[in-house]
Amino acid sequence: MRVSLFITCYNDTLFPATGKAVVQVLERLGHTVVFPAGQTCCGQMHWNTGYQEEALPLLPRFVAQFKDAEAVVIPSSSCVAMMREHYVKMAQRIGDAQLIADVASLLPRVWEFSEFLTKKLGLEDVGAYFPHRVTYHASCHGLRSLGLGDGPAKLLRGVHGIQLVELKGLEQCCGFGGTFAVKNAEVSSAMLGEKVQAILNTQAELCTACDNSCLMHIEGALHRQRTGVRTMHLAEILAGSESGSEGTTT
Amino acid sequence: MAISAEARAEVLRRIRAVTGVAADAVTIDAEWSAIRREYRRAATVDHGAILHLLEDRLRDYDAGVYRTSLAGLRDLIGRILRERGKQTMAVPEGIPGDWLPAGVLFVEDHRGAVDAIDSCEGVLTSATLAIAETGTIVLQDAPGQGRRAVTLLPDYHLCVVDSSTIVQSVPEAMALLQPTAHKATTFFSGPSATADIEMTRIKGVHGPRFVDVILLLSEPG
Amino acid sequence: MSLITFDPARVPTFQVAAKDLLGDTQMRKNVRHATDVIQNKRRIVVDEMPDWQELRESGRQIKQHTLKHLDHYLEQFEANCTKAGGVVHWACDAAEARAIVVDLVRKSGSGEVIKIKSMTTEEIGLNTGLEAAGIKAYETDLAELIIQLGHDLPSHIVVPALHKNRQQIREIFKREMNLPDLGELPADLAEAARTFLREKFLRVKTGVSGANFLIAETGGVCVTESEGNGRMCLTLPETLITIAGIEKVIPRFRDLEVFLQLLPRSATGERMNPYNSIWTGVHPTDGPRAFHIVLMDNARTKILADEESRQTLYCIRCGACQNTCPVYRQTGGHAYGSVYAGPIGAILTPQLQDMHHGQSLPYASSLCGACYEVCPVKINIPEVLIHLRHKVVEQDTQGFGALNPEAMAMKAMAMLFTSERRFRAAQRLGRIAESPLVNKAGWVTWLPGLLGGWTQVRDLHEMPKQTFREWFEQRGANNGH
Repeated sequence: MRVSLFITCYNDTLFPATGKAVVQVLERLGHTVVFPAGQTCCGQMHWNTGYQEEALPLLPRFVAQFKDAEAVVIPSSSCVAMMREHYVKMAQRIGDAQLIADVASLLPRVWEFSEFLTKKLGLEDVGAYFPHRVTYHASCHGLRSLGLGDGPAKLLRGVHGIQLVELKGLEQCCGFGGTFAVKNAEVSSAMLGEKVQAILNTQAELCTACDNSCLMHIEGALHRQRTGVRTMHLAEILAGSESGSEGTTT
Repeated sequence: MAISAEARAEVLRRIRAVTGVAADAVTIDAEWSAIRREYRRAATVDHGAILHLLEDRLRDYDAGVYRTSLAGLRDLIGRILRERGKQTMAVPEGIPGDWLPAGVLFVEDHRGAVDAIDSCEGVLTSATLAIAETGTIVLQDAPGQGRRAVTLLPDYHLCVVDSSTIVQSVPEAMALLQPTAHKATTFFSGPSATADIEMTRIKGVHGPRFVDVILLLSEPG
Repeated sequence: MSLITFDPARVPTFQVAAKDLLGDTQMRKNVRHATDVIQNKRRIVVDEMPDWQELRESGRQIKQHTLKHLDHYLEQFEANCTKAGGVVHWACDAAEARAIVVDLVRKSGSGEVIKIKSMTTEEIGLNTGLEAAGIKAYETDLAELIIQLGHDLPSHIVVPALHKNRQQIREIFKREMNLPDLGELPADLAEAARTFLREKFLRVKTGVSGANFLIAETGGVCVTESEGNGRMCLTLPETLITIAGIEKVIPRFRDLEVFLQLLPRSATGERMNPYNSIWTGVHPTDGPRAFHIVLMDNARTKILADEESRQTLYCIRCGACQNTCPVYRQTGGHAYGSVYAGPIGAILTPQLQDMHHGQSLPYASSLCGACYEVCPVKINIPEVLIHLRHKVVEQDTQGFGALNPEAMAMKAMAMLFTSERRFRAAQRLGRIAESPLVNKAGWVTWLPGLLGGWTQVRDLHEMPKQTFREWFEQRGANNGH
């Protein structure tokens, strides 16, 4: 397949390694990855913080860049959730009939990365090798908005050499919540404290998830507390192979 | 009352500003009937299993549970009250006289002051129906069940439930209660409880702390 | 309910209140323990239901249908209740509701009332109104008694004293009930409450209650409870006064089959709560001789008018959202500055105040969606939160408000996102601007201004030297893709 990658604004800027890993995995599976020019942001930060008017122009941009894609893959479940939950409403708000039709046609072709592998391609083993002790945190948008279910865990179990440890309370929010992390920093931190405690209890070397937003927040505390535990996006684990067992690095 | 009449008009006006003029009753009824109801509305197990389910639930609540047929009812009531040490029991009007064993003072409630009920050690009633899934017994103002205060004030309630009135589910119960929906109705599911202190469920703040239930079978049990 | 109330104009914002409350270790422990227990109980009794999702959908549809014809059902309720001997009153707002109740209590000839726990009476500050009129109100629900005697405020819809443990409760009872030798076991405390309240049940002539459901078809009222104090207040007094928000009405008796399954399992993790009472008007020889019900609006019609947040009115006050909320778990209920706390509080409280107060509440959420998952009537709370955030921003950016730092930052970011050229320039600029803040190990431990909240508690890895798109383009140039 010819897969169009929407990297997301924050992955592009802060987590290019995740994008590289997505490319690596998809090419290893025999697909071609294209990167439509001009892409920036899905509008989630503005929309969720209450700045709806500022978010609206980002929808026609996205549609223009991706409308002819065979499949759109996004390594961020919160961005996909944004699109599935709000893009139809946004198109109606803008009121352009063609845009409304384009959104309806495009959304079914938009996939979060792990669900592209498990649901679209039907895979659980993508040929990955990653001999480390890992625990998985279920990001809220992936869990509840996208219904990723057991998909990411299946992909992880399919990784050769991995030692997967279940995270207690994996479904409990890590406390990131977008601008919540800054506007309600203390509460965000209190929620993060429980998540970090649970991660440390697994004695995993690293924590993974489908969203770098969660991982950035979790790693921020893991590092501040000098725990020696790190985080890594699911894609980077899946990109791990015999020849490069550390996965990709930043 | 002045506030109320004006408020009534204003509140209805505010609602209609949003919902528009009220549709006719036929349309509204049709819409109500079109509400999707795919939950269970009928029994899924046989009556024997339903009785067992009710007994399990009642035991979970620490209620005493007994079975008998009509022939053994009086003796059973006598035995239970002896074991419980009860010597004065309130009864509502309409409890059959031949249910009442000797050796216990039964005080019939004539709906006067509640002091008479308050001084009894317990109350004996029948019931309208029971819901097995939830361990619920339903009382209404009918012969043998009485006014609501009579099953509220005593510390002990001995309740005789006709096994033919035991249903499995809440929807079945509501259907059976529909003809008497206008009556004063009490559902009780176990003794009074509270979980307000550290989420520990403890018995009996108000209302009977001790409950025994007799399932009255139509054949010898 | 104590005489202390939440004054919406003066409560601190959620951020400020939460910061203080996060320091209350005992409260946080109590809240964690209590919510863990209820959540586990709920999970068990919900998981055993093969038709739980079907019940939720029916609950949602019944509520949606009712609101669409709210005037019809309220009028039907009024007619049927009146026919059965009840007196129906209407109130536009809290002040009117209080005035009506005070007047009715006076007319009943009683200087005191016994009350069942009712969030609606808390919402309108009824006890304060009664006290001002020289009427003593006795709370009879154990938790409300704890709150009242402890001169405190409720922190949870269903378990208002969830933030107190047994030792704290014992201290309150010892002091206020004059029981110096009071034991510490929950059973001792319950026994103390039972004795203290029983004499009031048998003596006080007027009772005040809220209502869980108003049944339009029959004119009946349904009250669900655990302890039996409800039954006492509903049947022993001579006069009963009930206050209910207009959204409490349901079309038919049969609709209870849905809500009586959804509510107990969601609220206390039981298959059925210990007592449900249903009465219709006045029952001669059984219960109060006079029954009054006050139907109250108090901003509910405003919520009704907002299509996107109308679903807030579906709420059946089960509290499941509070029990599952990871934010509530950390802060407890008082942080929300209102009798309605947690997720439902975050959407209901500001709307009850017509968005004049409580603007920080829609932001008291990480939008995790756990509340929506457990809501028995499928209120999409995250959707309503986002909608209310928009309303707050619209308010905040009026006139010169548009120049507030956050709005300016958001506008600036929006400009970056609408042009790839500007976005890339900003990425380059970001690396430059950041570099003085990056330590030798490649981490940022302090950020200024609006972003400072991040580095208060977290480190931030420095920005990578090359963005993804730079890498991809370079690779394309190298490989000739």
